[in-house]
Amino acid sequence: MGLVDRIASLGRSAIDMVAGLGRAGLMLWGAVFRVPRIRKGTPLLVKQIYVVGVQSMVIVLVSGLFIGMVLALQGYTILVDFGTEESLGPMVALSLLRELGPVVTALLFAGRAGSALTAEIGLMKSTEQLSSLEMMAIDPLRQVIAPRFWAGVISMPLLALMFTAVGIFGGHLVGVEWKGIDHGSFWSILQASVEWRQDIVNCLIKSTAFAVVVTWIALYRGYQVIPNPEGISRATTQTVVQSSLAVLALDFLLTAIMFG
Amino acid sequence: MTQHSTPLVEVRNLGFRRGSRVIYDDISLTIPRGKVTAIMGPSGIGKTTLLKLIGGQLVPDSGEVLFDGQNVHSASRSQLFEMRKRMSMLFQSGALFTDMNVFDNVAFALREHTQLSEEIIRTLVLMKLEAVGLRGAADLVPNELSGGMQRRAALARAIALEPEMVMYDEPFAGQDPISMGVLVKLIRELSHALNLTSVVVSHDVAEVMSIADYVYVIAEKQVIARGTPDELRGATDNAQLMQFLQGEPDGPVPFHFPAKDFSEELANGAG
Amino acid sequence: MLTRKIEILVGSFLLVGLAAFLLLVFKVANVDVQSSDSSYQLKATFSNIGGLKVRSPVKVGGVVVGRVSDIELDPTLLEPVVTMTIDKRFNQFPETSSLAILTSGLLGEQFLGLTPGFVDDDIAMLKDGDVISDTHGALVLEDLIGQFLYSMGEDK
Repeated sequence: MGLVDRIASLGRSAIDMVAGLGRAGLMLWGAVFRVPRIRKGTPLLVKQIYVVGVQSMVIVLVSGLFIGMVLALQGYTILVDFGTEESLGPMVALSLLRELGPVVTALLFAGRAGSALTAEIGLMKSTEQLSSLEMMAIDPLRQVIAPRFWAGVISMPLLALMFTAVGIFGGHLVGVEWKGIDHGSFWSILQASVEWRQDIVNCLIKSTAFAVVVTWIALYRGYQVIPNPEGISRATTQTVVQSSLAVLALDFLLTAIMFG
Repeated sequence: MTQHSTPLVEVRNLGFRRGSRVIYDDISLTIPRGKVTAIMGPSGIGKTTLLKLIGGQLVPDSGEVLFDGQNVHSASRSQLFEMRKRMSMLFQSGALFTDMNVFDNVAFALREHTQLSEEIIRTLVLMKLEAVGLRGAADLVPNELSGGMQRRAALARAIALEPEMVMYDEPFAGQDPISMGVLVKLIRELSHALNLTSVVVSHDVAEVMSIADYVYVIAEKQVIARGTPDELRGATDNAQLMQFLQGEPDGPVPFHFPAKDFSEELANGAG
Repeated sequence: MLTRKIEILVGSFLLVGLAAFLLLVFKVANVDVQSSDSSYQLKATFSNIGGLKVRSPVKVGGVVVGRVSDIELDPTLLEPVVTMTIDKRFNQFPETSSLAILTSGLLGEQFLGLTPGFVDDDIAMLKDGDVISDTHGALVLEDLIGQFLYSMGEDK
C-alpha cells in the first residue's frame, strides 16, 4: 500500500471517528434533553433502575467486601513494618473513596449492566422493535434510551457508595477483628483524615462522570449495532473494552484535576 | 367518496442508494385507497427499504413520497409522527416487544396515543385479539408463541389504532402452509372489514396474486411490470416477469453470479 | 406492567444507597453538623508551622476541642497565621493560654496543643477573633539534629 493510501485511510478513519462521536452525541441529546413525561416515564425509569441497579448490587457488594479486606491485609503487612498500623484506617478509606470505589464499581458496572444494555438494545434493534416503535409514532430515544440512561446515572453513584461503605467495613473486619488494631484508634484516625468535600463529594463526582460515560457507550453501541448475532456479540465486547478504557482515562483526568 | 379518487400514497421518481450501491433508480408508483397493493420482486432488492422510505424512516436521495398529499420527508418531526399514527407496519419478524405480554403489546399504542380508560382499552384490545384468533393467548409473552402466532399478534397490534394503511413486510416468509393460509385470509378480511389500504411486500407469488388488487414487480432498481394479477399473468412477452412469476432458474436474471469464463479460470488455476 | 416486587426492590435499592451515603458522611468523614454559631474562632502566629494542615485537630490535654480552619502567611510580618475554630462549649480559656505544635508519636500527624494559662482577676477569657500570643512553633527535626551536633562539638 502506498503512503498516500495509508494517509488517506488514516484520514478516513479519523473522519469516521468524529462522525461516530457526533452520532453518539446526537443520540444522547435526543434522549436526554426532552421534556420528561412524569406519568409515563416514571414506571419505565423504575424498571430500568431495577435492571441496571438492583441486579448489579450483589456483585458490587461482594466485590467491595473482598477488595476492602484484601486492601486491609496488604496494607497491614506493609504498615506493621513501620509500626504505623494505626494508619490502616485512612489508607483503606481513602483508597476506596478516592479511587477504588468509583473505578472498580464502574468497571463492574460496565461488565454487568453495560454489556447487558448493549445486548438488549442490539436485540431490540435487530428484531425491529426500535423501528416498530418509530412506526408507531413513538420516539425510541425517549421510550428506550432515555430511561436506561437515567437509570445508569442514578444507580452507579449509589453503587459506588455501597461499594465503598462495604469495603471500609471489610477493612475494619481484617484490621480490627482479625489483626487486632485498636477499634477506637482505627476509627478516630480514619475520621480525622477523611474529609467530606475532598473525598466524599469527589467520590460522587467521579462515579457520576463514569456513569455517564459507561451508560452512554453501552447505549450507543447497542443503538448502532449491525443487526445480526455477530454484530451484537461484537458490540457487547466493544462496550466492555471501550467503557473500561474510557473510565480509566477519565479517572486519571479527574484525579489530576481534583488532587493533582 | 370523492377522496377515493386521489391515491393515498404516491411515490414519485424515487432514487435511493446505500453507500455506493444503488437500490432504487427513479421509480414511481401509486397506492390507491382501500385496495390491496402488492410489491413483488426477488430477494435482496430492498423491498423493505421501500416500506421504510414510505414510512419516513429512511430519507431518499432524490424524488419524493406523498402520503395523503403531504410530503413525508419534508414534514416536521411532529407532522411525521401524526402521519405515522395513520399508518402502521407489520414487520417481518413481528417485532413484538419482548418484555411485555401479548395484551400489553396490543395495548401499547393505545396507551401511548389515546387518553382512553383502561377499561375501554381492554375491550378494544380483546376485540383485536379476537379478530386474529389470539384472545386466549393474551397473557403469553411473545417468546411463548410460534412464528405464525407472533405475526398474528403483531397484526393485532398494527391495527390497534385503526390506521388507514397497513404495510406488510414479507408477511408470508418462513410460514408453514397453514399459517400462510391464515395470514392470507386475515389480510384479505381485515382489509375489507376495516376498509384498509394495504401494501404487501412479498416474493411469495401465489399468495400475493390471490389477495392483491394491483401488483408492482420491481427488479434491477426499476419497476419492470405493473397491473392487476390477471394482466400480469397475461403479459407473456415480458421475459423477466415470466421468469419471476414461474420461478425458472435461468433467464434474464442469470443463474451464475458474474464471473470470468469457467474454462479460462480452471486453466489458470492449473497453471 | 410493573410488578409490586420490582417497585419494592428499587425502593430498597435507593434506601441502601442513601444509607451508604449517610454512613460515609457521618461515620467515615465525621462531618461536624454544628453551624458557625456553635463555634468561635481564635488566631495565633507561629514562627514555623511544620506539617500542620487545615483540619488538624486542636487538643487540650489530648481532647479535641476544635480544628484548624485556615492557614495563611502574614504579608508584612512574613509569619504564618493559623486560624482555629473552637467548639463554643469550651469558651473558658484565659488570655494567658499557650499554643504549641505537637506531634502524635515520632512520625505521626501534627496537631495544636492548647495549654490553659492561669486565671486572675484582671485576666479576661478568649473571645471570638482573639489572638493567642504565647506560641511555640513546630520542632523541626533537622534543626534539632543541628543543635545536637553543635553541642557535641563544644563538649570536646
